[in-house]
Amino acid sequence: MTIETKTASRRRVLKGLAAGAGLAAASSFVPARFAIGQQAKLRLGLMLPYTGTYAALGKNIDDALRLAINEKGGKLGGRAIEYITLDDESDPAKGADNANKLVSGDKVDFMIGTVHSGVVMAMVKVARDTDTMLVIPNGGVGAATGALCAPNIFRTSFTNWQPAYAMGKVAAAEGRKTAVVISWDYAAGKESTDAFTQGFTEGGGKTIKELFLPFPNVEFQPLLTEIAATKPDVSYAFFAGGGAVKFVKDYAAAGLGTTIPLVGPGFLTDGTLEAQGASAQGLETTLHYADGLTFPKNIAFRAAFKKTTGRDADVYAMHGYDTGSLLISGLAAVKGDVKARAALVAAMEKTVFNSPRGRFTLSKAHNPIQDIYLRKVKGLENLYVRVAIKDLADPAIGCKMT
Amino acid sequence: MSDSFVFFLIQVLNGVQEGLLLFLVASGLTLIFGILRVINLAHGSFYMLGAYLAYALTQLTGNLFFAILLAVPLAIVFGLALEALLFRPLYARDHLYQVLLTYGLILVLEETRSLVFGDDVHGVDVPHFLDFSIHLTGALSYPAYRLGISAMCLIIAGGLWLLIQKTRLGMAIRAGASNREMVQSLGIDIAWVYRAVFALGVALAAFAGMIAAPVASVFPGMGNQILIISFVVVVIGGIGSIKGAFLGSLLIGLADTFGQVFAPQLAGMTVYVLMAAVLLWRPAGLFGGRAAR
Repeated sequence: MTIETKTASRRRVLKGLAAGAGLAAASSFVPARFAIGQQAKLRLGLMLPYTGTYAALGKNIDDALRLAINEKGGKLGGRAIEYITLDDESDPAKGADNANKLVSGDKVDFMIGTVHSGVVMAMVKVARDTDTMLVIPNGGVGAATGALCAPNIFRTSFTNWQPAYAMGKVAAAEGRKTAVVISWDYAAGKESTDAFTQGFTEGGGKTIKELFLPFPNVEFQPLLTEIAATKPDVSYAFFAGGGAVKFVKDYAAAGLGTTIPLVGPGFLTDGTLEAQGASAQGLETTLHYADGLTFPKNIAFRAAFKKTTGRDADVYAMHGYDTGSLLISGLAAVKGDVKARAALVAAMEKTVFNSPRGRFTLSKAHNPIQDIYLRKVKGLENLYVRVAIKDLADPAIGCKMT
Repeated sequence: MSDSFVFFLIQVLNGVQEGLLLFLVASGLTLIFGILRVINLAHGSFYMLGAYLAYALTQLTGNLFFAILLAVPLAIVFGLALEALLFRPLYARDHLYQVLLTYGLILVLEETRSLVFGDDVHGVDVPHFLDFSIHLTGALSYPAYRLGISAMCLIIAGGLWLLIQKTRLGMAIRAGASNREMVQSLGIDIAWVYRAVFALGVALAAFAGMIAAPVASVFPGMGNQILIISFVVVVIGGIGSIKGAFLGSLLIGLADTFGQVFAPQLAGMTVYVLMAAVLLWRPAGLFGGRAAR
């Protein structure tokens, strides 16, 4: 009697398990995307630095992107969204593998990333090879909208060339004749210092020395000594994140702050002022964003970002926000149908951004044509001084779409 | 004094400072390698451990000095535990086993660091009373903290020399490096000597990480960089030689600093070129081929 009950109940349990397993197996055959392609969730692959020296930037981009989309109802083109995040660790060596993981493994509709220009290049190559939509919310490497430009690649931020060239022109116009440039020895660093030299030379100045150190090394002491020995009229430095904090502090600690003015693109002082404190006061930088911009959109954006995250918005958050705006406008035009690629691209190209930085459009190479502002550090803010260059477009050397 | 000569001297100062810090790490490595005959690949991880401990305890206590006072005993205890658990079985074994173990130790310590502290880059503030700069020339000042680091390293170097040359422990260390069995048969507890040396090596590396934290930042993988350079120093200076480690570190510090300034593209290579040159001249290193002195 007991045995029969046991066997019977065991059989029942096994049957139940088999049914359950069968159901699970069967449901996995249900396609993730229906034929119409509009009921399934839109997959956004966010490949950003969630750890490492650029972690704060990655976080701000992510939060602001979601803010932009949630402000418009949390859907793109009427479709719900699935966010897939991947930490790229700012490691170019892993860039291609990570990008492929998003494209082939997670089958994302859009790749969004990243900050480190080396990793951006890896993503650009994968996007071109697999014809996946890619929106770059930060990394300023020129080739992404230059020699390697493509219809499916967009950028909502800047090229390293834009703020650097503007700074070169500003420094030359201020009467400086000689400059020393210093940065990390990677793509973004070289592009930034070369662009500064271009603008500076066009304004009548001359870069007398170029100093580089390996990324992400922050031992600046020998090079600071070298800057002092060279005695230029101005120093131009490109660093971002933790490196920017340390460089500005070390520059001041070496006594150079009072004798050789330090300038740079806005990344030197964006998101870093609290850590830099007194050492950053009075620094002039150029960027396509500034504190104290009175556009209504900027005021609204900063308030909303502070409300949802508790942190102050910065240029990186703004990039994330505009990336969201780009996706919203593109997908609205095609009603969420990512398969209508030509229409989607056309709609994205025509987007007029009502951005916290001001109104801007995209160039034929899919990079912003925007005003570059001159800013000066006062307290904890990079205050707007004036427009350095209006509607500056990256030359997009080598792009076949222009 | 001409301006460019002044700057040359300042760069020498930079190189010396870098070398002195490197000496702390390399001296520990050369002791462990020379006396215990153990290849300790995890030595860079002890440096990283010191830096992260300094960061965490400075957050807790608000002052780097208290943090160091707390962290050094912690590092010594950690060293003693490691020695008892992992290294003791390996003293008599082939070097390959030691490489395998210590490599595994690197991986374990990296992951533990990732779990406990995360992967972000951290800064540590310079202690207030050293947070000023000394005016050197018209344009350049030198941060007092860096001078403080160099002074600290020199004191420790002196202390090490005293220890090795003038104390009974030092005598036992030098004797044990020459002939372990004879030392044991003379009634000296060699195991205790080994324990002390290992703990000393760990403490030196960790202390280096702690005082370097404000100038070098605290970040993942920081141990690997210094490990490789330390091995170069040990090879150049001669295995087991503190004098050699001192000279070798200074040479490497100067080579690296001037390499960065004069030939930045080759900066990564200068130290290895230097190592090759020294080995061609003295294959056993500058003071190698003998017991620790």
